[in-house]
Amino acid sequence: MSTESQKLVEMRGITKRYPGVVANEDVTFDVEYGEVHTLLGENGAGKSTLMKILFGLTPADEGEVLLRGEPISISSPADAIDARIGMVHQHFMLVQPLTVAENVALGLRSGRRPFTDLDVVSKRIHELSEAHGLAVDPSTEVWRLSVGERQRVEILKALYRDAELLVLDEPTAVLTPQEVDDLFVILRHMVDDGRGLIFISHKLHEVMSLSDRITVLRNGRVVGSTTPAESTRESLAEMMVGREVLLTPRKPVLAAGRPRLSIRDLSITGDRGAVSVDNLSVEVHAGEILGVAGVSGNGQRELAEAIAGLRPVDAGTIQIDGTDITRATTASRREAGLAYVPEERMRDGAIGEFTVSENLVLVNHGSSEFAKRGLFSHAAIRKHSEDKVNEYGVKTPTVDTPTSSLSGGNIQKVIMARELGVKPGILLACQPTRGVDIGSAEYIHRRLIEQRSEGAGTLLISEDLDEVLGLADRIAVMFEGRIVAIVDAADAKREAIGLMMAGVLDD
Amino acid sequence: MLKKLVGASVPLLAAVTAFFFGAIMLVALGANPFEGFQAMLEGAFGSGERIATTAVRATPLILVGAGISIAFRARVINIGGESQIIAGALLSTVLALNAPDLPAILLVPLVLATGAVGGFLAGAVPGLLKAHAHVNEILSTIMLNLIMVQFMNYLLGGPLIDPLQTSAGTFIPQTERLSDNAALPTLVSGTRLHLGVPVAVLAAVAAFVLLWKTPLGFRLRAVGHNADAAKAAGINVKRHITYALAISGSFGGLAGSILVFGSEGQRMVTDGSAAGFTGSAGFNGIVAALFGGLHPLWTIPSAFLFGALLTGAVQLQRVLQVPASLAVTINGIVVLFVISSAKLRGYIEGRIADRVTESEEPPDDPGPLADVAIGSLDDPIQNPIDSSDGVV
Ligand SMILES: Nc1ncnc2c1ncn2[C@@H]1O[C@H](COP(=O)(O)OP(=O)(O)OP(=O)(O)O)[C@@H](O)[C@H]1O
Ligand SMILES: [Mg+2]
Repeated sequence: MSTESQKLVEMRGITKRYPGVVANEDVTFDVEYGEVHTLLGENGAGKSTLMKILFGLTPADEGEVLLRGEPISISSPADAIDARIGMVHQHFMLVQPLTVAENVALGLRSGRRPFTDLDVVSKRIHELSEAHGLAVDPSTEVWRLSVGERQRVEILKALYRDAELLVLDEPTAVLTPQEVDDLFVILRHMVDDGRGLIFISHKLHEVMSLSDRITVLRNGRVVGSTTPAESTRESLAEMMVGREVLLTPRKPVLAAGRPRLSIRDLSITGDRGAVSVDNLSVEVHAGEILGVAGVSGNGQRELAEAIAGLRPVDAGTIQIDGTDITRATTASRREAGLAYVPEERMRDGAIGEFTVSENLVLVNHGSSEFAKRGLFSHAAIRKHSEDKVNEYGVKTPTVDTPTSSLSGGNIQKVIMARELGVKPGILLACQPTRGVDIGSAEYIHRRLIEQRSEGAGTLLISEDLDEVLGLADRIAVMFEGRIVAIVDAADAKREAIGLMMAGVLDD
Repeated sequence: MLKKLVGASVPLLAAVTAFFFGAIMLVALGANPFEGFQAMLEGAFGSGERIATTAVRATPLILVGAGISIAFRARVINIGGESQIIAGALLSTVLALNAPDLPAILLVPLVLATGAVGGFLAGAVPGLLKAHAHVNEILSTIMLNLIMVQFMNYLLGGPLIDPLQTSAGTFIPQTERLSDNAALPTLVSGTRLHLGVPVAVLAAVAAFVLLWKTPLGFRLRAVGHNADAAKAAGINVKRHITYALAISGSFGGLAGSILVFGSEGQRMVTDGSAAGFTGSAGFNGIVAALFGGLHPLWTIPSAFLFGALLTGAVQLQRVLQVPASLAVTINGIVVLFVISSAKLRGYIEGRIADRVTESEEPPDDPGPLADVAIGSLDDPIQNPIDSSDGVV
């Protein structure tokens, strides 16, 4: 195999500049055979950029890469795949109209060239998903899948290509605790085979449990390396952010008020034609955060889309502050006080080609604050945007930067800033801190709690059980389109909820 | 910076190459290409009168081009310029026939506005079909072109025909001479330069303002870039798709009324053929828009270039006895080169980006029209892989 000293990969002195930012500055980073090396850092610290360089998606300005001891030039993902480097990207790289099998086969040589050989691919996917417990149906089109399921497809893609060095850029952001545990078993297994793994996550307990080594980036530079044994979650947080961070939010005790969002007997048909929300009833009160916990694909997305007015319902009613809005347009729901943070930020939450500033006013661009006599007041929009960018700590060169060039967590902050900015009566938040670094998550949590104190009702749909446990007043567990249990957060036990999410109910 | 320069120079190179091919064709026709181009230049710019004619020829192209730019930003492709021109012309003609005695100060703005309304309606039809019945707008606008030509021939040969034609038994399909109060005033006497020219330029500026300075334009662009996110933000996607085609059409309709009331004959006339009334302005406007990078402001100089080509060709024919349709051929070649050079530009920019690291993105799938979005002041529309399902 390998000599003691030989590393699987070594990146030396990597520097990468973008207009207005240095994304990586003289970064040195390596992975040994059989090791999980975690990259930690705030949003925009340069983690994804470093990985994109490794995967040939963007060239470095300076520095070199050594793979298995040899200098190597990787100028495209094809080169990287040839070199057995696999990457699971932060944003999905799936072609939505194609099936899972077609996505996996994409870019691979078929055994029956020039025809595809999807049966063989499907068979192999079945084997891999059995072996690793990654359940997906190869013949489903990707657009029908939930985010969690898409994540599994991405991992399958890399497994299928038999990568020796696997980069996972926030792979767990959308997975449930059980799924994460399962994934970690798979990953450990792969590492024990002698493979190397680069892991990126903002969830410190995951970092602590999976990593062999941890390197922290701040503003594009390496600020230090450590191991889980030598650190605590608090010390890692401090290393990343440069100050102490409050990891569990503190919220004042409030008596729940009048119902703000009432859902009665709601039934929705999903994209696959099957019932995805089944006769569901729930109420969110003023001053309450109701957490919905569940494995993705159990109807949460459909429920959220129905509340937002993006998906027709088959039966049942939705009321905002006592007014029926079951058939209202999205715009009138928003006027009634609804704010919506969609789960898939690049598809539904933001317009990549629009500037940060344009995305910040996407919902209320027509208000008298921003448009006077039919014409935009660019000065007002700029001022508003700059305030929001500062308030939420969005890392961007200017407010006129195209949003797609921001780091993932920073795009999420733009969306949160916009949706919380309208002072909503009801906030429908799907994965609100997905991919957001702990410092900013702390800020967003604080803002959610402030909204709660001001009497807003919040429906928090999240697969991050820690977030739900930390923020929610009550937790509704969703399974197969139904709410199978509602528990007070005070009495909630992590393990018990995890089991209910998996459909195991004790009577 | 470098990138902008490349963006601007590629369409120019395309034009130069097209003229080079034009030269070859002139040689093949036995003419001296230098004399040919000189004749064209003289024909287009040789005198104040000719410059005015060039500007008048450019006018409908500016309008149709600016309209198409609006539709394109909402990711809607409007090929229906011809039908919208005809609809605008017919509606404003009917108005002028029925209100011939209104004073010019009222009638002129009124016929222009009516023209825009006609085009708006002709654009709204494919817009509604696309938004609510998923009918592809390329097909429906092309079909509507065919229908409107026949409708015009029917009206001008029947209900709207000049009574003199009937009594004389000549039956030329044209209306009677329209009220002089409706005629677009001439701006420079002795030339054909009429009010329509500045109106068109102003309309193109208005298109720019609409797209980038107003909430409506903001929503059109939002729908064009990412319909899903627009919808989630509360924007009515179907309605804005309809608006995109209808507003785009109103520019063509305005061009139609300018063609009628800026004409020397001061009447609407057809020869029965598809291009008989419009002079193919609905299609040449597309060329002008593409050459202008689908940006309403760049469409103005671009339309002047093609207007010059059209007037120059007449002189070419007169001096060298070469068919004027050579200009049409050059038009076509420019389109081919501009469109293929969009690919080339993408490639060159990619190369520059690699070197100066100006921009970087994972392999995006460019939108269906990204290939033709060239020389634009704004970034060409991009369509990330992850948002590739249907618009409506
Ligand atoms: N294509 C691009 N064009 C311009 N700037 C970019 C581009 N991609 C990244 N950047 C900038 O480089 C910096 C580092 O971004 P990167 O995506 O590597 O951050 P990250 O550490 O992965 O953050 P996150 O945790 O939010 O994913 C950011 O400031 C970002 O705005
Ligand atoms: Mg990242």
